Amino acid sequence: MAVLTTDRLEKKILLKAPRARIWRALTDANEFGTWFGMKFNGRFTPGAQVTGVISPTTVDPEVGKAQKPHEGMPFEITIDRIEPQRLFSFRWHPFAIDRNVDYSTEPTTLIEFTLDDAPEGILLTVSESGFDRIPLARRVQAFAANEQGWAMMVKVIEKYIASVS
Amino acid sequence: MRASHNTATVFAALGDETRLRLVSRLSEAGPQSIVNLAAGFPMSRQAITKHLRVMEGAGLVRCTPRGRETVWRLEQKRLADARRYLQIISAQWDETLGRLKAFVET
Repeated sequence: MAVLTTDRLEKKILLKAPRARIWRALTDANEFGTWFGMKFNGRFTPGAQVTGVISPTTVDPEVGKAQKPHEGMPFEITIDRIEPQRLFSFRWHPFAIDRNVDYSTEPTTLIEFTLDDAPEGILLTVSESGFDRIPLARRVQAFAANEQGWAMMVKVIEKYIASVS
Repeated sequence: MRASHNTATVFAALGDETRLRLVSRLSEAGPQSIVNLAAGFPMSRQAITKHLRVMEGAGLVRCTPRGRETVWRLEQKRLADARRYLQIISAQWDETLGRLKAFVET
């Protein structure tokens, strides 16, 4: 059942690839940047502040096109934990897409990737938490930035309401 | 009210089984008197009112007097705002993880 917490969301996806392959895609800065759409200036090590710029992904041309207007936009993540082959986490500023805003003094959210064995591959769990501390003004920007797409998206509350009534 | 401008407050107000059921009732049956609303719940009218007040503070519902009764209704816009925020973040992750999947499976 969907839990309507404000602070945290969680996603699960089954990946039909070897654990070592997935681990590399997550923790090698170049590989991570390739699918995510970023170019990093350093390696991912625990505690490291890694800067980079948005660099359109080639994995999905359509997404790459959507990222294009933001190309070169500086970005920063702070690596939190790296537990080999199992857990990778970092912090960032969600929706930090306005070049004129200094986000550095604002709270961050924590993103955590966890790998678990599954019958047909690896079950990857991703969580992002800390939204409660993000200023409302930023959330409003998130609305605006996603205006076109949101109508199609999963209707969490409606689903929940349907499931309890 | 300051709280009513805070999306986080909206989510917090909804993070409770009873409140979600109240929202569900109001969304299906429309504006309801407190007597009607409380009828389906195994708790006192006072307890239900307390929950409604929390949601009122978050701008999710509001009440108006009708004769000697109090009628509660949903503030549709606040609910829509709250829904959108979750949808956006959630959908962004779906999209991002779809790319990771394509990347590691090829």
